[in-house]
Amino acid sequence: MPLTPVLTKRWLSPQSWSLRSYEELDGYTALRKALTVAPGELVTLVKDSGLRGRGGAGFPTGLKWSFIPQGDTGAGAKPKYLVVNADEGEPGTCKDLPLMMADPHSLIEGVIISSFAINANFAVIYVRGEAVHALRRVQSAVHEAYQAGYLGTDILGSGYDLEVVVHAGAGAYICGEETALLDSLEGYRGQPRLKPPFPAVAGLYGSPTVINNVETLCSVPYIVLGGAQWWKSMGTEKSSGPKIFSLSGRVEKPGQYEAPMGTTLRELLDLAGGVREGHELKFWTPGGSSTPYFTAEHIDVPLDFDEVAAAGSMLGTTALMIFDETDCIVKATLRFTKFYAHESCGKCTPCREGTYWMVQILQRLVDGEGTAEDLETLLDTCDNILGRSFCALGDGATSPITSSIQYFRDDYIALLPEHERAKLTVGAAQ
Amino acid sequence: MTVQPDTTVDKATLTIDGFEITVPQGTLIIRAAEQLGIQIPRFCDHPLLDPVGACRQCIVEIEGQRKPVVACSVAVADGMAVRTQFTSKVADKAQKGTMELLLINHPLDCPVCDKGGECPLQNQAMSNGRSESRFRDVKRTYAKPLAISSQVLLDRERCVLCARCTRFSNQVAGDPFIELFERGALEQVAIYEDEPFESYFSGNTVQICPVGALTGAAYRFRARPFDLMSTPSVCEHCASGCAQRTDWRRGKVMRRLAGEDPEVNEEWNCDKGRWAFSYATEADRILTPLVRDEETGELTAASWPEALERAAAGLRIARDAGGVGMLCGGRVTLEDAYAYAKFARVVLGSNDVDMRARAHSAEELEFLTGVVAGHRDDVTYADLEAAPAVLLVGFEPEEESPIVFLRLRRLNQTRGLAVFAAAPFASPGTAKLNGTVLLTPPGSEPRVLAALGDGSAGGPGAAAASAMRRPGAVILIGERAAEFPGTFAAATSLAQTTGARMAWVPRRAGERGAVEAGALPSLLPGGVRADDAFARTGVLEFWGVDAPAAAGRDTAAMLSAAREGALGGLVVGGVDPADLPDPATALAALDAAGFVLSLEIRHSAVTERADVVLPVAPAVHKSGSYLTWEGRHRPFEETLRGTGALADGRVLHALADELDVDLALPTPEAARAELMSIGRLLAGATKSTGRLTGGATKSTGRLTGGATNTGSDFLPIGRLTGGATNTGPDFRSASSAGLRPDSPELRSGQALLASWRLLLDEGSLQDGEPHLAGTARRPVLRLSVGTAREIGASAGDLVTVTGAKASITLPLVVTVMPDRVVWVPMKSPGSAVRAGLGSAPGDVVAIAIGRPVN
Ligand SMILES: Cc1cc2nc3c(=O)[nH]c(=O)nc-3n(C[C@H](O)[C@H](O)[C@H](O)COP(=O)(O)O)c2cc1C
Ligand code: SF4
Ligand code: SF4
Ligand code: SF4
Ligand code: FES
Repeated sequence: MPLTPVLTKRWLSPQSWSLRSYEELDGYTALRKALTVAPGELVTLVKDSGLRGRGGAGFPTGLKWSFIPQGDTGAGAKPKYLVVNADEGEPGTCKDLPLMMADPHSLIEGVIISSFAINANFAVIYVRGEAVHALRRVQSAVHEAYQAGYLGTDILGSGYDLEVVVHAGAGAYICGEETALLDSLEGYRGQPRLKPPFPAVAGLYGSPTVINNVETLCSVPYIVLGGAQWWKSMGTEKSSGPKIFSLSGRVEKPGQYEAPMGTTLRELLDLAGGVREGHELKFWTPGGSSTPYFTAEHIDVPLDFDEVAAAGSMLGTTALMIFDETDCIVKATLRFTKFYAHESCGKCTPCREGTYWMVQILQRLVDGEGTAEDLETLLDTCDNILGRSFCALGDGATSPITSSIQYFRDDYIALLPEHERAKLTVGAAQ
Repeated sequence: MTVQPDTTVDKATLTIDGFEITVPQGTLIIRAAEQLGIQIPRFCDHPLLDPVGACRQCIVEIEGQRKPVVACSVAVADGMAVRTQFTSKVADKAQKGTMELLLINHPLDCPVCDKGGECPLQNQAMSNGRSESRFRDVKRTYAKPLAISSQVLLDRERCVLCARCTRFSNQVAGDPFIELFERGALEQVAIYEDEPFESYFSGNTVQICPVGALTGAAYRFRARPFDLMSTPSVCEHCASGCAQRTDWRRGKVMRRLAGEDPEVNEEWNCDKGRWAFSYATEADRILTPLVRDEETGELTAASWPEALERAAAGLRIARDAGGVGMLCGGRVTLEDAYAYAKFARVVLGSNDVDMRARAHSAEELEFLTGVVAGHRDDVTYADLEAAPAVLLVGFEPEEESPIVFLRLRRLNQTRGLAVFAAAPFASPGTAKLNGTVLLTPPGSEPRVLAALGDGSAGGPGAAAASAMRRPGAVILIGERAAEFPGTFAAATSLAQTTGARMAWVPRRAGERGAVEAGALPSLLPGGVRADDAFARTGVLEFWGVDAPAAAGRDTAAMLSAAREGALGGLVVGGVDPADLPDPATALAALDAAGFVLSLEIRHSAVTERADVVLPVAPAVHKSGSYLTWEGRHRPFEETLRGTGALADGRVLHALADELDVDLALPTPEAARAELMSIGRLLAGATKSTGRLTGGATKSTGRLTGGATNTGSDFLPIGRLTGGATNTGPDFRSASSAGLRPDSPELRSGQALLASWRLLLDEGSLQDGEPHLAGTARRPVLRLSVGTAREIGASAGDLVTVTGAKASITLPLVVTVMPDRVVWVPMKSPGSAVRAGLGSAPGDVVAIAIGRPVN
């Protein structure tokens, strides 16, 4: 499959992260163009491109921007903020950090254009705390951009001002959830906020705020340069543009693969040299651990928002974790569930207590101490969490469990002690 | 007060379980359901706290919505169809599911838990839970209990992490010293190690905790709720006037809770009101009358007849030897205050009666007579709700009237009520009100207020001056204004020039009532001036006596008269000499007086010097009423009956009998009935052409027990509006003689003393409650940075302030305040200003780094 990289096109250039390399490869030309256009037109352009958020939920980016109240009265009169979600924490996901490492200026250019589009004069890049390398790289790129006049007051003589602050989080998965991120940014414990009010109306410090993912914002300069139609020429009808897929696990060549939306796992495996030699695909996540597992049957599902949803999972962050027949699905699920129990912020009962409990059940199962009722208890507890918890972290915690039981019930049963298994056979016969 | 339905608010009509209801837009589903009588289970929800949606217990379904929602955080919408657990399988299952999850880590130790029997978790587990838990794994456990403060204990494994306690502390009290820490199943309530849970309102967290996770040290493991009797009560500690509930068992008070009164304390109270009640059961409680043995000089137990006879004989002699003065203290009930007021006039034939056991002045008396008396409900909590700005003068709400503080704070938080304080520094309370302090050295109040009135104030004063001119602005003036001559006059004239309304907020619970009851040397009951010939005649005719028209002696004058022998004796009820402006003179007066009768609950410096001591009932053993600072009537019933303890009024009635006078006040009901008659009499007088027809109303004065608690009114309620009958006080005697701290008379090493009482201190009504005392603010001394530098002190150093008699040494907190002003707490451990230091606020004292040299 021929690939024309967009987002990753500079990654292999020497010193791709430097301002000089960036400028040599069209860097900041989109900004010059954008500053000549009315902000509202930029919002329309992004709407027309069909760009959907790359942070996991796939919310249409232009639409999100259009929610920011503008004008001289009410919420419109308040300062507006752009917050970049660079907290990349979804297990298996590895696209925002490489983007920031290899091409930080594309993020900064995206930030400036997007801020300009929503009339924000202040933007924050909230970077995962452990990612010190990426933090430094973005910090120095921001510094370079200030020096070159791309940031600060009267940017490129346009009269537009923008200050950018790079902020290091403290490494909590929940702080990737946009409202928890805002609380964390304001100095509170990161826990999600009640909505409404939505961040577009009352976000950072109670002011209208757009929160976008790194990859989302990196896409913006290309749309400005190439136009909405060009962007839509890639991908599928409702999921336009290119996307970075992170392949990890049992593949020959794990890594980031940029491909149009709608590319299938089969095609991606071709690029990545296939499942490791001598083994076969058993199950995989299409978009990180919070998205229900797929199996070998799903190898030809086009990976775009709607097709993946129709097949029973979610595109999430296009983090494809590949498992083969040597991997125990129950162990993998236990490992993921431990992650959610550890990362649950504790605010709401279903997620806090449910993950605590399910870890113990799964551990018993893995240890060969499960009971015949455990599967039903797991499914029922997931039912009590999904859609009942405060934020999507709790929902995500149920994905591996329900989908693994759905596809691999027998693997669970096989782990039960003999006498417990017997109960199930009797139950089934009745 | 009835709340007018606000027709300007948009309404929404929805159905809940098929029942239609119309409520204002923005109403939360859970509240709308309550109005229909549909109870949705909940833990984190609390109507007075911002919704948080954390426990997920209140899940309901909305028809047409994919996901169920939490009823406590989602507002209604027009046309919405809500299905609760009663009609939705989804909601019912979700609620049962949440309940099961809440219980997996719960110890289920109900049989030994304080909350058992009144526990929302227990109750809802019964009504909305599964009968069997499927949990067979390992529960989370913690070391227990964790002391959040000396008074509040936390059993973490019982906590359902609803964040009620933390939200209360943050949103209502403004004391964010208790927070949720950690993540996931390890999330837990905790305090910062360096900042203990120092809050005057911490007990509310115990009350609103929906499980037994927070307990009060004093009540822990003492009782089961179903063994307790509950009696509605009114707090006796301050003029905020909290409704409370007293729970008792076998003649002993076990705990007190905040009562619900949306107009006054909403659902809160302060820790003093909640926990300071063991003073009544201290070992030094006086249970029998005592008379001084002529031979040994010791007090010995006596029978009531004997003691009354001795008291009557003593009073008879003293009355003839110059007269008898009555000091009744500011903690009296309205009825008891009336008994003192009437006893003085009817039995002793004198106006020598004063309830002010604190700094007081002639100017204050003018103010109380002219501006306060007879003006009940002039300014109320509801008026604060409507006020755009409030100016505090000689008044620290958090220390001196905590519910006024909570109300101001809520108004500041929710709608930006502007608070200004004429004070020497921004106290922690002022800071929590986001208040602007008009830096006022002690004694400079008149100057600062005058500048607000004549527009000469600059800086924050200019903002205050214009805020006070906005319609509805309120001046809250404290009793401490009496410490600084000219302050009442200046405040009154500020109110006149700006149009601001004014309310007097005394610290003690009985003072406002005592003003109406006439327990002041220049006031008869009903706000009648002793020198108002016309009204006075009515009251005296009603009593059937004649009494001097001239104002009597005030507290200080009575004491010096007694010391000099001009007065023959003193009747002292509930006064701690250490609280008086000049404790030494007071003690000398008690020693010198020919005859001293003490009406007391517990032994004191007065009983030590008394000739006869008659025991009286603490609040819990009597019925009566207080007036809040607003003048709102707060009647209460006897909580612990049948102890034989007598109210002051009953004792005075018996004593009058012994002196062959029928005081006609055998019960609080009788006192209230008389007050009511006087009220009618005065109301009738103002309506008619001016002749007081005393006899006509006299007969209607009978009022029986049951009627007293209806809140029916008994005294006229005046409003201080334009054409009021009131002519305003006469402040000719007042001067503003305050020494300015920049005055050349002050040298380096000298400062003006500023001081006031802290809510929790060495007040005798807090005795016997060490857990409560442990939560008091640490006594500190405050100086400006400049003054600290002048004496070579820096933050944390011990600094000694030396007054007329002795010195006080406390650690220094450098504070933004005027130079050469020093502040120390008035009556806290290690800081007794009046009895120890021997100086008063506004006096010049010496300051030096280190401990005193002697
Ligand atoms: C538990 C949780 C973790 C999340 N972590 C991230 C993250 O690390 N990065 C991210 O961009 N979005 C994350 N999200 C999604 C954000 O809440 C939000 O939808 C996104 O940042 C919006 O940006 P977009 O519109 O550009 O996708 C997370 C959501 C949840 C519920
Ligand atoms: S689902 Fe609840 S406990 Fe879990 S992370 Fe979200 S808010 Fe926190
Ligand atoms: S201690 Fe009580 S009030 Fe506080 S969070 Fe826990 S359960 Fe809620
Ligand atoms: S605020 Fe006053 S009335 Fe209320 S509980 Fe405290 S001391 Fe009592
Ligand atoms: S009561 Fe609604 S979530 Fe707790």
